[in-house]
Amino acid sequence: MKQKKNIFFQLAMRNVRLNLTRSLLAALGIIIGVVAITTMGILGANIQLAVSSNLSSNANSLIITPDTGGGGGFGGGMGAKTTALLSDNQVREIELAAGHNTVVPIHSGSDLIQVGTNDKKRVAIYGLDPDKVQDFVEIADGSSLRGASAGALVGSTLAADQNIAVGTRIKVGDETTGTSEVVRVAGILKPKGFGLDLMPDNALIVPDRYYTSVYGDQGEYQQVDVLVPSIADIPAVKDAIDKKMNKKVKVVQITDSGALLQTINSTIGQITLFITLLGGISLLVASVSIFNVMMMSVKDRINEIGILRSIGTTRGEIRKMFIYEAFIIGGVGAGIGGLVSFIGGFILVGLLGTSKYFFTFQSLIYVPYGVAIGIVICLLSGLYPAAKAANLNPIEALRSE
Amino acid sequence: MADTPVIRLVDVRKVYKLKSGDVPALRGITFDIMKGEFVAIMGPSGSGKSTLMNMIGCLDVPTSGNLYLEGRNVREMSDDELTFLRRDEIGFIFQKFNLIPLLTAFENTEYPIILKTGHMDEEGKTMRLLKMVGLSEELVTHRPSELSGGQQQRVAIARALVNDPALLLCDEPTGNLDSVTGSQIMEILEDLNKEGRTIVMVTHDPHIAEYAHRTIRIIDGNVATA
Repeated sequence: MKQKKNIFFQLAMRNVRLNLTRSLLAALGIIIGVVAITTMGILGANIQLAVSSNLSSNANSLIITPDTGGGGGFGGGMGAKTTALLSDNQVREIELAAGHNTVVPIHSGSDLIQVGTNDKKRVAIYGLDPDKVQDFVEIADGSSLRGASAGALVGSTLAADQNIAVGTRIKVGDETTGTSEVVRVAGILKPKGFGLDLMPDNALIVPDRYYTSVYGDQGEYQQVDVLVPSIADIPAVKDAIDKKMNKKVKVVQITDSGALLQTINSTIGQITLFITLLGGISLLVASVSIFNVMMMSVKDRINEIGILRSIGTTRGEIRKMFIYEAFIIGGVGAGIGGLVSFIGGFILVGLLGTSKYFFTFQSLIYVPYGVAIGIVICLLSGLYPAAKAANLNPIEALRSE
Repeated sequence: MADTPVIRLVDVRKVYKLKSGDVPALRGITFDIMKGEFVAIMGPSGSGKSTLMNMIGCLDVPTSGNLYLEGRNVREMSDDELTFLRRDEIGFIFQKFNLIPLLTAFENTEYPIILKTGHMDEEGKTMRLLKMVGLSEELVTHRPSELSGGQQQRVAIARALVNDPALLLCDEPTGNLDSVTGSQIMEILEDLNKEGRTIVMVTHDPHIAEYAHRTIRIIDGNVATA
């Protein structure tokens, strides 16, 4: 058993200890830099996770709405009639274009509701084919809609807000105008969050036939959703519908909910990256201080380098010794920085909102990232001084005091 | 075996190229040093003896001419090959001792073994040598700054011997020592030579040169008397 000894690591270690104050100050710079980028990264990840969890998970639907001529450009000048609603015929055309994908025409509007003696409140009301309701929402409590009965599904936020349970009766409409109806709550929905297709958390969903019996709009829809189970098919389906519906003039707007959610997500990601890069500036400053410390170390040890070279230490070994030194400073700095960012990040995220997403992979991955970047920066800063030390002429180095 | 000189210089020239023009330091030096010899190289300052010393120590290579160390021509060697040659075949003893300040006396002596083998000394050679040069045991864990000049030079001699070099190269080994300590160090070198070590010593002190069997005088980059 021969005992291996990395004498160069030992020498580097001892030199760091010999110049402890200087080395610690350089490490402090790295600590600050690593903390800056890591906490910013963690913060961004937590914001992103919090926001996307509020966004609808229904990323695979196309939302078709009548084109109101808003962004029509040159096409708008053709005298085209813009319809406010989509007709049954148009729905059928969409169905043809959409192939085997599920097409769901949606009535939507809003009305006043009153639960018991609570204050009246205006909420969104959706009219959907009861058979297709469960393609959109999940029911937390109670049952889904059946036929044309005056049953309703209530969004989670609305239910919590108004103390609504399964079986609660809700007055819909305004008695004074004579359109008051009473619906019985069949089920409470699971929270769904912000979406482009439906936003049911603060709404009522009723059967489509019931909706038209109360509000009219028979055979006319505010919105048609096409559910595309395979995300890869979305562009083709979107294209087919666009060709079919918008032949000469733009009749409908087709929005890809997934694409939009992705845009929102990537925007947050870009903001996070930008903030992290700002934090990276402090790391850059730290790298300058490591560089400076390493240059001082080389200068202080010229004579020693001359001795080491003359008694048979190769250039490579000298280089290694100085890179170890940078690595020790960087490793200690980045390690402490990682620890501080872990604790500091937790506190910061807690202060700014919820720490619910702190212990997730996407959030904590920034700790090893930050530490690794810190170490790499240190090594890079050490490269030039190490090369300089290695390339010293041993005779001249020996001669120096 | 005895026919191959430890060092052979054949018309070795060294020219330093400076902005103000070329400065010749060695103007064609030829001599052999055989195994077991104790040779002093003497000369006034500026004579080129330091340059010659650097050549023999493989720290520098001749501008022209050839220098053979144990039959190997150093002019054909890479920087790493020269470094390995210094590590394995030459033991350096400097005027200023040149121990590594970060290492203890023991570690300084052990260092060339680790350089050569990558392993610590487990044969006890380091301690044996330190004992031989007369460093007391309680001093082996001291750093150079905690040792006297004589003690440091003893450690340096032990370090120079640890890889069993073909040649001990001494540059003014007593230059920074008082005369009593200086003679002690010279006695150690004399003993080493008696054991068969080849020693080349650069000095300007005639008393010290007397320990050698042969003196080579360098004047203006030439050998004056061989």
